[in-house]
Amino acid sequence: MPVQYISGFTIVLEVLSRFWPVWIALVIVMGASFAYKKKLALYGQLFDSGVGIVGVGICLFWLFTAIFAATISPFDPLAQIPIMKDVLPGAVEPKSGLTYLFGGDKLARDVFSRMVYGSQIVLIIAPAATGFALMVGITLGLPAGYYGGKIDTVLSFLANLVLAFPVILLFYLLVTPGIMDTPIPYGMAGVFFLFPIIFFSVLFWTRYKNRPDRLYILLGITLILGGWIYAGLVFDADPLKIVHIDPNQLNIFVAVVFASSPGVFRIVRGLVMDIKTRDYVAAAQTRGESPWYIMLWEILPNARGPLIVDACLRIGYTTILLGTLGYFGLGLAPESPDWGTAIKDASRLLRSFIHPALPPTIALMSFVLGLNLLADSLREQSMKD
Amino acid sequence: MLSFVIRRLGTMALTMLCLTMVVFFLINLEPNLKKLAISQTEMHTSAEQLESWLVNHGYRQNFFVRYGQWLGVVPKQPVTDPATGKPAQRFSFCNDPLVPTFAGVFQGDFGCSTKFKATVASKLFPALGATGILMFWVLVVMVPISLLIGILAGMREGSRTDRVLSVASIASTATPEYVSGVIFTVIFASWLGWLNGSAASASQGITFYNFTLPVMTLAIYGIGYIARMTRASMVEVMTQQYIRTARLKGLSFGSVVVKHALRNALIAPFTVIMLQFPWLLTGVVIVEVMFRYQGFGYTLVEAAGNNDIDLLLGCSLVSVFIVLITQLISDVGYAFLNPRIRVQ
Repeated sequence: MPVQYISGFTIVLEVLSRFWPVWIALVIVMGASFAYKKKLALYGQLFDSGVGIVGVGICLFWLFTAIFAATISPFDPLAQIPIMKDVLPGAVEPKSGLTYLFGGDKLARDVFSRMVYGSQIVLIIAPAATGFALMVGITLGLPAGYYGGKIDTVLSFLANLVLAFPVILLFYLLVTPGIMDTPIPYGMAGVFFLFPIIFFSVLFWTRYKNRPDRLYILLGITLILGGWIYAGLVFDADPLKIVHIDPNQLNIFVAVVFASSPGVFRIVRGLVMDIKTRDYVAAAQTRGESPWYIMLWEILPNARGPLIVDACLRIGYTTILLGTLGYFGLGLAPESPDWGTAIKDASRLLRSFIHPALPPTIALMSFVLGLNLLADSLREQSMKD
Repeated sequence: MLSFVIRRLGTMALTMLCLTMVVFFLINLEPNLKKLAISQTEMHTSAEQLESWLVNHGYRQNFFVRYGQWLGVVPKQPVTDPATGKPAQRFSFCNDPLVPTFAGVFQGDFGCSTKFKATVASKLFPALGATGILMFWVLVVMVPISLLIGILAGMREGSRTDRVLSVASIASTATPEYVSGVIFTVIFASWLGWLNGSAASASQGITFYNFTLPVMTLAIYGIGYIARMTRASMVEVMTQQYIRTARLKGLSFGSVVVKHALRNALIAPFTVIMLQFPWLLTGVVIVEVMFRYQGFGYTLVEAAGNNDIDLLLGCSLVSVFIVLITQLISDVGYAFLNPRIRVQ
């Protein structure tokens, strides 16, 4: 039985209608943001410029796509329907009557569903890895910039050591199937995942030292929640079996955090060295505040502008790194629907079929573009103040 | 200045020593050695045979001894042939000496590639030459275009030209090589048929037909970044007092930009271009794999994929050296170009 095709115009309509939960969510969030933009501080100011609106729009689009992936995609991203091998966009699958909107790939999987599900992988790993890199970079960059001297020399040397590694070589050494047999990834995960716990404990301790009623609650929450996630991620020993990470993904996660935390460290160190000469820091020193209080409660809040901008750019950069990993087939499973792997598979067959290559490339590009536009307009807004 | 350079060179040497040690450690992890032994022996060898292969080829010596041998501070011992008990060559295809000699990186001997069955030097340096040609063309395309975009955008901040060019350069920084490579191939090779989607024939001779796509793909990611830095620096210079003075003197806008602003605005991009080299290195790997161009990146991927210890060490040494030397050049060059730094 030959495969039926629908026309190009119908494909566009169908794609748009497939994304219906995303459109509804976008309208609600964007509408609310517009209505209350005066009260939303920096986020509200984003809606003053066209670039900012586009940036926020694209980022939210992919966020909602990741959340509603199961509703949007018509097919299972891993399911293979032999008759649909290499079909062109708009082919109707005879059994279910649903359409392969962007065609089928060489293993007869739906390109559209794979693109939609690919967003989940990117939107979980990239922001989370950036978050951890921020924690590591801030926790180490604050003392390096504030104290200077030996501690700065040692930490800067280590950071430069990692930065001198070409990223691709680092990944080829750190993200291999063999390395999972050694304790190295788990050791690194153990060290990196400790930083958020340390960070928040010190943060609350310095602030509420003299108010035990608040301190014990906050410290308790940090330690229990942090310890729970820590046990789940590093030892895979979560008693409730909720927090769990695939060993492959842990490996990628650790490698990405390792590669991007020195960059954060350098930025934080530079900012701290600049800010520590300000009067309000001198005032806090005269009051007799402890060094960590000054770093975390006087310096850090004043360094947030550049850090937020950097975080946006860094999520985009991490997305590119994840794509690179996928492109070289490192870490992620070969059938994984992430964009990098999809680009790798499709780019080998560009001579015969181009349709499986375009959706993942455009998806990746648009998401990174959205983040870059967001970062750019954030930078512009924070410069205005 | 001289003492600064010497101190930096010292740090550089220390960094390279540390990094090669780390790479050496990671490559020689047990699973990697197993993989190497399996790929180097025939199919279906038993665990004992794999182990004896590793022992025979000297992979079971102490870690620091082997690292010293690779560096050239510990003499390389010939292996003992288990059958005859006489000294034998480790790898016959590399002409390893039969007597203990110092043959390491310090002596200019980079070791032996197990994948290509040749010395590392004979494989690595031609590949570097090929990548050098690619890099040269990339820089020829990238630097003028990005500087021009940056200057045009930064000349009048907030103008329509500025906005359009800024968004264009943001878009280009959002396009990694594997994305632009695919899109360009689809447009220029599959659809229009103007260019060749593979640069495999470029090793024999470079033509516009087979070399444009790799160069374009590699340049596009860097163009946006350098252009944005140039724009920022240009915007800053254009608000300076001396520019206003020159304008008030009655000089035309064009001659103010070319004669007064440009010289100062190009200092920052110089640093950025230099620091762009490490990024280009990753791009080179992607582009060379994508377009099948036999250069440094291709060699690196082959070495890493086949766990070719000495070749991968050679590649990492070269890439780390490039990263560090460009950092040094950018620092020294910045001090030379900007007299204000020199005084301090």
